[in-house]
Amino acid sequence: MTGPRDTKRSGAGASRLRVPKTYKLYVGGRFPRSESGRTYPVNGPDGGLLAHAVLGSRKDLRDAVKAARSAQAGWVGKTAYNRAQILYRVGEIMEGRRGQFVDELAAGGIDDAEGEVDAAIDRWVWYAGWADKLPAVLGGANAVAGPYFNFTVPEPTGVVGLVAPDEAPLLALVSRLAPIIVSGNTVVALASEALPLPAVTLGEALATSDVPGGVINLLTGKRAELVPWFAGHRDVNAVDLTGVDDADLAAEAERAAADSVMRVTRATGPDADWRSPTAESPYAIEAFLEHKTVWHPKGA
Amino acid sequence: MTDLTQPGEFTLEYATAPESTAIVSLRDTYGLFIGGAWVEPRSGSYFPTINPATEEHLATVAEGGAEDIDLAVVAARQAWESGWRDLSGRQRAKYLYRIARLLQERSREFAVLETLDGGKPIKESRDVDLPLAAAHFFHYAGWADKLDYAFAGRRAAPLGVAGQIIPWNFPMLMASWKLAPALATGNTVVLKPAETTPLTALLLAEVLQDAELPPGVVNIVTGAGATGAALVSHPGIDKVAFTGSTGVGKRIQAELAGTGKRLTLELGGKAANIVFEDAALDQAVEGIVNGIWFNQGHVCCAGSRLLVQESVHDLVLDRLTTRLDTLRVGDPLDKNTDIGAINSREQLEKIQELVASGVDEGAEIYQPDCVLPAKGFFHAPTVFTSVSPSHRIAREEIFGPVLSVLTFRTPDEAVEKANNTPYGLSAGVWTEKGSRILWMAERLRAGVVWANTFNQFDPASPFGGYRESGFGREGGRHGLAPYLNLVGA
Repeated sequence: MTGPRDTKRSGAGASRLRVPKTYKLYVGGRFPRSESGRTYPVNGPDGGLLAHAVLGSRKDLRDAVKAARSAQAGWVGKTAYNRAQILYRVGEIMEGRRGQFVDELAAGGIDDAEGEVDAAIDRWVWYAGWADKLPAVLGGANAVAGPYFNFTVPEPTGVVGLVAPDEAPLLALVSRLAPIIVSGNTVVALASEALPLPAVTLGEALATSDVPGGVINLLTGKRAELVPWFAGHRDVNAVDLTGVDDADLAAEAERAAADSVMRVTRATGPDADWRSPTAESPYAIEAFLEHKTVWHPKGA
Repeated sequence: MTDLTQPGEFTLEYATAPESTAIVSLRDTYGLFIGGAWVEPRSGSYFPTINPATEEHLATVAEGGAEDIDLAVVAARQAWESGWRDLSGRQRAKYLYRIARLLQERSREFAVLETLDGGKPIKESRDVDLPLAAAHFFHYAGWADKLDYAFAGRRAAPLGVAGQIIPWNFPMLMASWKLAPALATGNTVVLKPAETTPLTALLLAEVLQDAELPPGVVNIVTGAGATGAALVSHPGIDKVAFTGSTGVGKRIQAELAGTGKRLTLELGGKAANIVFEDAALDQAVEGIVNGIWFNQGHVCCAGSRLLVQESVHDLVLDRLTTRLDTLRVGDPLDKNTDIGAINSREQLEKIQELVASGVDEGAEIYQPDCVLPAKGFFHAPTVFTSVSPSHRIAREEIFGPVLSVLTFRTPDEAVEKANNTPYGLSAGVWTEKGSRILWMAERLRAGVVWANTFNQFDPASPFGGYRESGFGREGGRHGLAPYLNLVGA
């Protein structure tokens, strides 16, 4: 087994001690530790320690929402063509870190880690190309019965909270993250609780991409602790509960969401069959959009 | 000689022009419409519905209880499983076309009944509510057999039984907004009309019978909040569609937590109607009037906050108050009436309380010198100036004929003030500059933006809110999605 702390993978002979990575949060384009100072151990399938991940707190979540809100106007303000290129660039950088993702997933006991990384990169690239096609496919001109020009355009809903599942720690995260941000939303994502390490590495890829700080914020920690605060935060416009497998916790989150008429969504069934093409769709993007309809009279 | 260019120096005397009510024949008592038949409520309970313009009793209507809701849901489920679910889109389309045609044929009858039961001016129920209601059925009829083309890459499958709760401000129109897309997509329905305006929905049941819609495809259960709550919490429904207040919408969303039921909400609003100094001001004034005094201001998307550029504030207010003086308030059945009755005593008291708060908080009130009828529920059209964004009349939805006027200097400030609300249903922009319209439209956080117009509706045009004004769209292709599962092709 190869893992982040495995000395044999140093490549400089068995005598060299490997330099393991400290896994931190990715918030506002920076890599803070938790303000709470807490961590939790992430173990491999044999029980061996892979790393200590940050045990993110409610305050970390609030900081991340603030960063996401601050970044939202700038992100949606970019041209769709520019957003597409920036996101495609993330795919390029993920490809460059392919080996690191594979190692982290394999160390965490994920079968066919290479296949999962390939699928994650391909999915990211697939979504990147949607940026400038959404109004053409999801909006349009409406034939109203009167002398008006009337059109409907999709817009991002704003700041989105995402709870990623434990399953497919990189691919599932990417499969839900990409459709959220491609339209101009910003996001606060809680990584797989069981294996958050690839998510943190994805943050490092993002930090060296052209995605502005704050557009994607990645937290690690406990779902039971953080999920209610996602749904109860009044500056979060929508929440994706795909990773919340505890029915009571999901219901509690949905109740909290009602207080601000927050949009709640989750991928299930074929939409959450991560290796399948059914897990990618413009309707996954649409779940985080608002449709705006504009009227103007026609006249000389 | 009277100078006709000077407003206020002459008045026009209007003879009354009442619409006849002879076309409407009311029953004394209405049961529930369940499984294609009229049934007495198991609850044994009834309530009166009155004409809000006269306070006269119109009819007695069944109040559905939990047992009645259960019967209606069972009937809807049975109708779905025994045929409606598997009926071809072409067949469903023809039922909807039939309903649209029958509504057109009986349009005047529906319009008079709508005005009698709800208090809205006959010219609005006649020219807006009923034509649009028929148009919605006609529009969605044509979607029923074209769903394969609506969602690329996915197959559209109906959900099952939809529970639909509609408000009292556009009773028949809201029934059509709810029923037409639900039926077109192959769902069956339990519809709960508003307590104060049940009669047109009950007349619609006759139309459904005449259209030979299979029994149980649409069930109509009248009642108040408790009836709606029983429908929302019934385990046999797959989807809830609600139009009403944000407060009730939040309770419904919380109630459905963890149930897996689908939900769409069309809730309240506090729309900004923004007038720039370069606007065509006479048109803008008409748009302001239409924006807030259409349907007594009982409109979730009403332009209840006028944001006027400081440089033209006095000019706009002068023209607006002059125009306001010409609005005719009174008998909703009079074809000249601009502002009819407030829908209920409860709503009138809510409006009066908010108007009093505006005065108490220091805003300046203007009301035209109009005589309100002695009986019935009426409220003079009202304009508040010197309103600050913190005043209750600038923040809370009044749902009445009350306009709050605020000012701005720059487009940025207009956007900031317009968006400074938890709501996001609609907005208006008045300017002759095209690039500014598009710039503003992009920044206003609202589901509908009317530029150089206001309060336009069409079945092909998606309608719905951002933020606390709800989620989901009604109208057009977008209005299909809330009633469908999109499954992998």
